[in-house]
Amino acid sequence: MLGWLAIPSALLGALVLGAVMMLALGANPLTGYRALLVGAFGGSYALGSTAFQAAPLLLVGVGICIAFRANVFNIGGEGQIAMGGLAGAATALAFPELPSVVLIPLVLLAGTAGGAIWGAIPGFFKAQYNVNEILSTIMLNLVAVQVMNYLLAGPMVDHSQASVGGLIPETQLLSRNAWLPILVPGTQLHLGVLIAVLVAIAAYLLLWRTTFGFRLRAVGLSRDASAYAGMPVKRTIVWAVTLSGAACGLAGSILVFGSISHRMVTDGSLTGFTGSAGFNGIVVALFGGLNPLWTIVSAFLFGGLIVGGSALQVATGVPSDLVTALSGIVVVLVVSLEYLRRRARSQSTALAAFGGANPPTLRRGEPPPAAAVGGDGA
Amino acid sequence: MSQFFTAAVLTSTVAAGIALATPFLLAALGETLGQRSGVINLGVDGIMLLAAFATYYVALRTDDVLLAILAGMGTGLLMGVVTAAVSVTLKAEQGISGIGVYLFGLGFSDLLFQKLVGTPLPITTPPQVGIPLLDQIPVLGGMFFDQSPLVYLAFLLVPVVAFVLNHTTYGLKIRAAGENPAAADSLGVSVARIRWSTVLLGCTFAGLAGASLLLYDGIFQVNLTQSEGFIAVALVYFGAWRPSGVMAGSLLYGLVGAIILTWKSLGIIPLSGSDLAATAPAVITVLALLFVARRFRQPAALGKPYEREA
Repeated sequence: MLGWLAIPSALLGALVLGAVMMLALGANPLTGYRALLVGAFGGSYALGSTAFQAAPLLLVGVGICIAFRANVFNIGGEGQIAMGGLAGAATALAFPELPSVVLIPLVLLAGTAGGAIWGAIPGFFKAQYNVNEILSTIMLNLVAVQVMNYLLAGPMVDHSQASVGGLIPETQLLSRNAWLPILVPGTQLHLGVLIAVLVAIAAYLLLWRTTFGFRLRAVGLSRDASAYAGMPVKRTIVWAVTLSGAACGLAGSILVFGSISHRMVTDGSLTGFTGSAGFNGIVVALFGGLNPLWTIVSAFLFGGLIVGGSALQVATGVPSDLVTALSGIVVVLVVSLEYLRRRARSQSTALAAFGGANPPTLRRGEPPPAAAVGGDGA
Repeated sequence: MSQFFTAAVLTSTVAAGIALATPFLLAALGETLGQRSGVINLGVDGIMLLAAFATYYVALRTDDVLLAILAGMGTGLLMGVVTAAVSVTLKAEQGISGIGVYLFGLGFSDLLFQKLVGTPLPITTPPQVGIPLLDQIPVLGGMFFDQSPLVYLAFLLVPVVAFVLNHTTYGLKIRAAGENPAAADSLGVSVARIRWSTVLLGCTFAGLAGASLLLYDGIFQVNLTQSEGFIAVALVYFGAWRPSGVMAGSLLYGLVGAIILTWKSLGIIPLSGSDLAATAPAVITVLALLFVARRFRQPAALGKPYEREA
């Protein structure tokens, strides 16, 4: 009963806390939330902007679903996005003359590969040496931000634009042939949104319709049991983080070639480029119950929060950072409610055991029991 | 390069490195306490951000540095209540709940800053206090004994935390809760109470870390910590869960940071090269993680909520 209610209640709880914050800051929460809703979902332009924001969140969220299902915590989305963006931008700088039909797939693949490599490293360390992936992915974020700053201020810098203090750390205007086409004229909805949705569907099929996906989820539920059953546990873990990084890298490429400036720019921080998508993608995936299909819904919801956050700021004067704070609260509430949900479930399984009910199995589309989401910390 | 190896430059670089190491050290010592009892707190960075804002706001309004530091610590303690409730009582997955706390801290600290302050004004930072006699030692005095009081406090806490962990009953209970909570429980140690206490202490340390960072910078800005809280968590692994090891890691980060700053200002390395050089501590940390994972064993119950078997 509490199972599926946990997630909407987390959002409700966060919205109530958000209302309290707005009241405390002297703003009317009803005005604020109305502005947020209209800003996010009122009209085709707003919807297009929401979809524009949702695309990277969805891709990262899908990546997180894949990694978490294998019981690996990929906190390195931020760095993987940056590496994907850099790989994509470098490809466009190298082959600006290629026609769109070739160049667009090429830059997207390059981005995917960049993120995949940045994910494979912690995956390999985890599988081979049992290095805590939470820490290694965070550290690789810190490496990625410096590599990004170096490349955008050095080898990839736009030499044509000099500011007072030297060159601006950004690429030149990237080849028009690599721009992601707008699908609905007059909005920001570009090809990347469609790609993200297709990737989510593909990830769902991969996880629940293939042997590889079964193996990945089995490893996530119990590494020992999977090894006992003869599954290649280490290789599966490496693949899970690599695919997770690949999805994040694709998000990075889409951020660059779907951007309004059509350059890759750095303000010196990862957040400046990613908009915290690497972290928000975790929120989105959790909110989608670690199921790629539900993550589509969840990504559009949180994309809407980002777009609506600006409208909320205009209407009430409460900074749009409120949305980031609310995302954090959602995460805390989702994982906290998970315990209550687990307790409710273990009571019902205990009852079922007396009635000789079926043993728990890997059911389709259902989040793993908390024991599987819970890492061993190493 | 030759202009780097002068007594004055070396002294100021090492002194700056020690000052830069202080927030890392405070946060990582607090995290060590929590991890030894079995709790990973990944929200340190968010807690530091909130504490830094609290410190900044109080310092700006009252001009009372001590009160400002207390506000930072109080904010840490308050976030400790949230963290402990979620991680210990509600037995949430710690790797994820910490990200939630981080996002909350990131968003809420900037929200408060924009709403309550708006235009960034610098605060008066506490003066450096020379330790009598010791600060007269040539070169070394200037490096080590002419620092802000929080720096001395942080480094004094290293032996204190080590002593508490290794030589007190409380420390024994902490280690028991982290290694074998079931056994500790059977001996009448309340695992939940021990973990609550270490999380509260650890988050108060994180609050102090945020305060020290803010007082060093003298001004608040968005994402002031630049992931320092996350690094602090990694430094606990880097130091193999020992306060002395954690101190070594913090000094590494502080000194490399200070050297890069000095080199940049002296023009020894170009601006873009300094970005690459800045990856050094993170790369070293990843390698250290590899080494630690092979050589040392983490607390056996780390990250695992304790549930009594029925």
